[in-house]
Amino acid sequence: MLFTVNKSPFTTENLKSCLRFAGKDAPVLLYEDGVYGAQAGTTLEKLITDAVKARAIYALKEDLAARGIDKLIGGVQVVDYGGFVDLVAEHNVCPWI
Amino acid sequence: MADENIPGDEDAGGEEKVKFLFIFKKAPHGTIYPYEGLEVILIMAAYEQEITAAFVDDGVYCLKKGQDTTGLGIKEFAKTFKVLEPYGVEHLYVDRASLEARGLTEEDMVAGVEVVEAEEIAAVISVQKVVLPF
Repeated sequence: MLFTVNKSPFTTENLKSCLRFAGKDAPVLLYEDGVYGAQAGTTLEKLITDAVKARAIYALKEDLAARGIDKLIGGVQVVDYGGFVDLVAEHNVCPWI
Repeated sequence: MADENIPGDEDAGGEEKVKFLFIFKKAPHGTIYPYEGLEVILIMAAYEQEITAAFVDDGVYCLKKGQDTTGLGIKEFAKTFKVLEPYGVEHLYVDRASLEARGLTEEDMVAGVEVVEAEEIAAVISVQKVVLPF
């Protein structure tokens, strides 16, 4: 199951909530304002650093670029739209919106 | 994806039902989402698939006892969740931590819900074919 998060983690609890309900090895994809969760140096860095030990966390390249986010938390993987499509084709999707 | 067992697909593989999970994450009256989710469950019931509902975060407020929306002039639908079993909705899972964070307990919920840990809801999510968030 692929979990997707598209809201800023500083506006909603969606990212934290998603990580509570995502199974141990379930990948999480951050897109739209969700990619703010991937930025290094925020108050969420520990949460994400711990999360990537158990599962893949992806951030959408185009959304990162649009927001000028170039310093990512270690372990977060960048995917482009093609990678997004591959992930959705490979997994069932649980949109955590 | 072309071989997916979708409802209404006459060629889909036999009797096996598709697992649908409705996740309610929002409070009941501030937005239309939870009410729409309930409506979709009632529509989906016609397809006789395997439907489960889970209530997490502010979604637990949807099942709060004693809601009186007369003054708002809108429908109070917590009671409707209680009577979904004949529609094939056998489980209404409620996240215990979401209740506790809001100062609520199982006694504050309408009858017929199952208060469980997040891990149990995670396990339910992991086996679904379709997850619809409301």
